[in-house]
Amino acid sequence: MPAPDPIHFDTLSLHAGQRPDPATGARATPIYQSTSFVFKDTAQAASLFNAERPGHVYSRITNPTNAVLEERIAALEGGIGAIATASGQAAMHLAIATVCASGDHIVASRCLYGGSHNLLSYTLPRFGIETTFVDPRRPEQFEAAIRDNTKLFFAETLGNPGLDVLNIPVVADIAHRAGIALLMDSTFTTPYLCRPFEHGADLVFHSATKFLGGHGVAIAGLLVDSGRFDWEASGRYATLTEPYAGFHDMDFCEEQGPAAFIMRARKEGLRDFGACMSPTTAFYILQGIETLSLRMQRHVDNTRKIVAFLSQHEAVDSVTYPELPDHPDHELARTFMPRGCGAVFSFSVRGGRDAGVAFIESLRLFSHLANVGDAKSLVIHPASTTHHRMDDQALAQAGITQGTIRLSIGLEDPQDLILDLNRGLHNASKLQKVSAA
Amino acid sequence: MDLKIDQHNCYIYTGSRPFDAAQPSIAFIHGGGLDHTVWNLLSRYFAHHGYNALAVDLPGHGRSGGALLQSIEAMAQWLLELLDTLSITQTALIGHSMGSLVALHGAGTFSGRVNFVGLLGIAVPMRVSDELLNAAQNNDHSAMDMVNLWGHGYGAQLGGNQAPGMWMTGGGVRLLERGADGVLYNDLNACNAYSQGLEVAAQIQCPAQILLGRQDIMASPRQARKLIQAITDVQTFELHPCGHMLMAEQPNQVLDILIDGLALARRTKMVA
Repeated sequence: MPAPDPIHFDTLSLHAGQRPDPATGARATPIYQSTSFVFKDTAQAASLFNAERPGHVYSRITNPTNAVLEERIAALEGGIGAIATASGQAAMHLAIATVCASGDHIVASRCLYGGSHNLLSYTLPRFGIETTFVDPRRPEQFEAAIRDNTKLFFAETLGNPGLDVLNIPVVADIAHRAGIALLMDSTFTTPYLCRPFEHGADLVFHSATKFLGGHGVAIAGLLVDSGRFDWEASGRYATLTEPYAGFHDMDFCEEQGPAAFIMRARKEGLRDFGACMSPTTAFYILQGIETLSLRMQRHVDNTRKIVAFLSQHEAVDSVTYPELPDHPDHELARTFMPRGCGAVFSFSVRGGRDAGVAFIESLRLFSHLANVGDAKSLVIHPASTTHHRMDDQALAQAGITQGTIRLSIGLEDPQDLILDLNRGLHNASKLQKVSAA
Repeated sequence: MDLKIDQHNCYIYTGSRPFDAAQPSIAFIHGGGLDHTVWNLLSRYFAHHGYNALAVDLPGHGRSGGALLQSIEAMAQWLLELLDTLSITQTALIGHSMGSLVALHGAGTFSGRVNFVGLLGIAVPMRVSDELLNAAQNNDHSAMDMVNLWGHGYGAQLGGNQAPGMWMTGGGVRLLERGADGVLYNDLNACNAYSQGLEVAAQIQCPAQILLGRQDIMASPRQARKLIQAITDVQTFELHPCGHMLMAEQPNQVLDILIDGLALARRTKMVA
């Protein structure tokens, strides 16, 4: 018998987690817009509550539509299971809350999405969880920051907004030698461009609002467990290795094996914090994932054309994109993201903040808003919006200047996008010339 | 629960309930390269419904120490020692794949100690391909991939897990990866070499249930026909859609069948 061939990515994008609906034969995943599910009898009800049988009880904890999405992203990432959450922020919080408590510590890349930075810098300390921020390009800083109470390393596959490419295996190795799990935000890359578990990451989350959905109509998050981290051998994770009075004294490592983390996250974090995804949102995200490969490739193809255009434009100071040879992580990007480095990047327009404002306000096709990963092209000025809470020093450390513009390249005809950008740059240049005069 | 058998630590998952000598017992025996966690739902159910659920980690597997046991016969003998250590005079045996051969051998050779046997994903003989054995002997990851993909029906490879949000084949391969080098080869070899299946089947005195996956290509229903004929008191169930990983692919169906089988066995014993 020949060795079996696993089902491939594009097929999983369409089918993973779903079989035609047994009740109706529906081919598309139905939206099970129901808060709760009828028990067959009292015995089955008791068994569901006591984790003796699988099944659905209440949509805050599980829902059939969400379950399809959860399986699908777990399959695409190469994980063992996933949890759909109300947002990417909720997914990040769920990951942290599952293993951290007051008195614990995180080592994080300092080049993060502003929302993640807020959570780690300002909100979690109020709950007794501290974070040390380090340069993602210097893995030794992760190691130096480890404390006895460190529970997680955290970084993005592509840092925000400088597109720092994390050397995942090196950082994962440092984490694992210390018995610490590596959590990664893979929003910018999606599993089509990078599968962090293959390089050593232990947990991945997405803001599914972005490329996974692709349509910009739903706020959503996904947390995925590789099932590979040995929580028990680490000795750092009491929430997973000791009986939990809040759920039948379950010792999750003992009972769930590789699924200890994701089961605890669902049985506790999703249950108690309640940041669940609505089934309708899960349906929207599933529609997006069905075309993930096609869209991501088009996003990347368009981005390459835009990057080439901007790189030679006289009104542009610099372009930051890892596929450019002068990007400090060019080689890492070739290794970890051979299909492309995504569709979000930044550039600096000559003339600083005022030129940047003139540029943005001249655009007609690009939408000025706080999002990325839409099918439509987007633009924003990070220093005054997503990263406005950071002081100049923190901004500089994150690679942001007052003239930095972030673009998220969509699926439009690239020639139309270039015309729009050219118009904006022309107006920015005019402003600069007036100032000079 | 941790015990000492032959001076080595033996781990038994008991469904989060203490062992109670006054209760009837069920020993659950996992398949090749796996551990007690494959029984987490079933063992938890029976532990909370009047049984001692004893989901063992065989020596060298999961949390149990000791050297790997190289034959099905040795595994059954170890199981008997475990029953002796716990002073269990009567038990049900439920095994999956390699564990089903251990349960079969135990039910036939110490038949006076066994009041019910559940055989999941069994084939007699349980031949293993040379390609798989060779890959396992070399501790090549492809061996785990073969077991994992052949082990799940095509439907399960696409998902639709009854356990919400869990990706079956992902979980399957991670569990296999947890085994030390040599574990999978040892177990596959033991399955391949076991030749007493039909002989011991004829000696079984208790009620038996055989649960098979219709899409199982590792232990196809066809390969269990002679076994079914050899057991005196047997019920056979062919689950669909289902491959070799019955407890993961059809957890509710498997549980319902075993609940009925164990209840019937207890009633039969009471009448007798």
